[in-house]
Amino acid sequence: MMKVLNWLKILLLVILVSCNKQNNELAINANNHSKSNSNTIHRISSDVKMVYIPGGEYKPFYGSDSVLTKVVPFLLDERAVTNEEFLAFVKANPQWRKSNVKRIYADSTYLRDWLSDTELPKNAKPDAPVCFVSWFAAKAYAQTVGKRLPTLDEWEFVAMADEVSPNARTKPEYSNNITSLYLQKDRQFNSVKQSKPNYWGVYNVFDLIWEWTDDFNSVLTTNDSRTGQYEDKNLFCAGSATSSTDVLNYAAFMRFALRTSVKANYTIANLGFRCAKDTTIIKK
Amino acid sequence: MTNKLIMLSFVMAVIFGACKNGTNSGNSSQSAVDMVAEGEPQVLEVTGAPKVPAPVGDRGPKKWIVNLETTEMEGVIADSISYTFWTFNNTVPGSFIRVRVGDEVTLNLKNAANSVLPHNIDLHAVTGPGGGAAATTAAPGKEASFTFKAINPGLYVYHCAAPPVPMHIGNGMYGLILVEPAGGLPKVDREYYIMQGDFYTKASAAKKGLLEFDNDKAVAENPDYVLFNGKKGSLLGANMIEAKVGETVRLFVGNGGPNLTSSFHVIGEIFDNVYLEGGSQVSHNIQTTMIPAGGAAIVEFKCEVPGEFVLVDHSLSRAFNKGALGKLKVTGDANPKVFKANGATTKE
Repeated sequence: MMKVLNWLKILLLVILVSCNKQNNELAINANNHSKSNSNTIHRISSDVKMVYIPGGEYKPFYGSDSVLTKVVPFLLDERAVTNEEFLAFVKANPQWRKSNVKRIYADSTYLRDWLSDTELPKNAKPDAPVCFVSWFAAKAYAQTVGKRLPTLDEWEFVAMADEVSPNARTKPEYSNNITSLYLQKDRQFNSVKQSKPNYWGVYNVFDLIWEWTDDFNSVLTTNDSRTGQYEDKNLFCAGSATSSTDVLNYAAFMRFALRTSVKANYTIANLGFRCAKDTTIIKK
Repeated sequence: MTNKLIMLSFVMAVIFGACKNGTNSGNSSQSAVDMVAEGEPQVLEVTGAPKVPAPVGDRGPKKWIVNLETTEMEGVIADSISYTFWTFNNTVPGSFIRVRVGDEVTLNLKNAANSVLPHNIDLHAVTGPGGGAAATTAAPGKEASFTFKAINPGLYVYHCAAPPVPMHIGNGMYGLILVEPAGGLPKVDREYYIMQGDFYTKASAAKKGLLEFDNDKAVAENPDYVLFNGKKGSLLGANMIEAKVGETVRLFVGNGGPNLTSSFHVIGEIFDNVYLEGGSQVSHNIQTTMIPAGGAAIVEFKCEVPGEFVLVDHSLSRAFNKGALGKLKVTGDANPKVFKANGATTKE
């Protein structure tokens, strides 16, 4: 009897040791893995003009009328990142090439129509906005040019402007004009900066693509547009009328609907991005 | 004393029995929950209006896969005028889904790769959060899916519920799902699928001759078009629905809205049966039945005499001026016992 018990003890010990060993190996692998991958970001240069946005207080689309959100001054690319710029990025950073990218960072349609790892889609305009890029890829790009993605508040702050005023939200035609744009397909194939800039000098806020924001999922609306409840962590839920400050702003509803329908590794035909940057300058 | 006690217990028993019956009739869906859907899931055949899939008949509960694709496309709304529709399966209304109580349905919603916007589906036949809306929200080019059990028989609307929902519905994102009771609906000779919707339009800035959704008119609930099956004349001329004298006709009529309630009427017919609001209550001898936005009705009648019978929303400016007009053509022998035109009766 004792003999059997002893044998059992030995057996257990052996199993335990071998498990530990395996764990160690895994840990080592994980270390190697991260070294060879995301840690090596090769900087590239970008000559896109950045526009100074003075910020201020603004009424977020989701929230209550009385709560204003402060946007501090920042710099924003005057236009979206283009195909040729993204090509330079993947050339310098092979881990972001189509054939190398990890599925958790970009889903299967990443750079879908590119002819190869380093060739743009057939007939694609080099100066059209890059699409089929994930949030992770957009974030990595921004890092390589020494910038970041704009926050949702920064983006929406700039989007309040029309061509002549910084806040056009009260004009009836403001939302209607944008909604009309949103109805048109295949706008993402056009070159950047072919239409007029807005009040701040920012181009193509609405007329080419949807754009990633750094915290695109921070306003966690439910995907059902009619419930008006608040969800987790007091974040407002719902593309719902009850938690929106402007129920006639259909264009904003559409943007928020898109943001809530995506995950960070999604890549979509008409979803691209532009970059932003902090600034210490305070202009009047 | 003993007699009184016996009487009392008898009365109690009757009351108790009645209560129990009451609970049962109000809760028939419970037994449907426990029904076992047999076999491996199969792809369910769905149809575009005015066609309806084959009746379920006496088959038992099964497992089904329903595939729907959301699209944004230009289509003809009236005469040679185009409109930017949003659809389920490229048609307005979307495909007709026909299942029975106890069926287990996996709904796969694919959003076309060239869609601009995310879409989803809320089926009124579903018991569960949002009718499936949150579970099925699909970004352009993506797919989403959920599974539900059909536990209440009836005719139900489904629609897109992505924000801004009046625009998604206003552009045509609705359809019908029929949940037949066990054993199926009574047999009829003809079945058709008709769905009303109100459309609010303005000229597109992008393209000449193209109309698009007008938000202001929608908020004012002042449509330019009120249409059956998403197009003026969709049930006229060569597209009339048909029946023969002596046949029974069943119309599955839905109303997508987004705003107007339909006063559905067939000129020159009386509905023998109306499944009120698409539910289980059947009413008889009805001239006009109300169909709310986001609601439906099943109407049945026997064709006694030949002729062209006009389907209208009897809120008549919509029929006369805005397109809510269709026709049923009945062919066969005249029946003077029912209807005889006597001509001019003025004496010469």
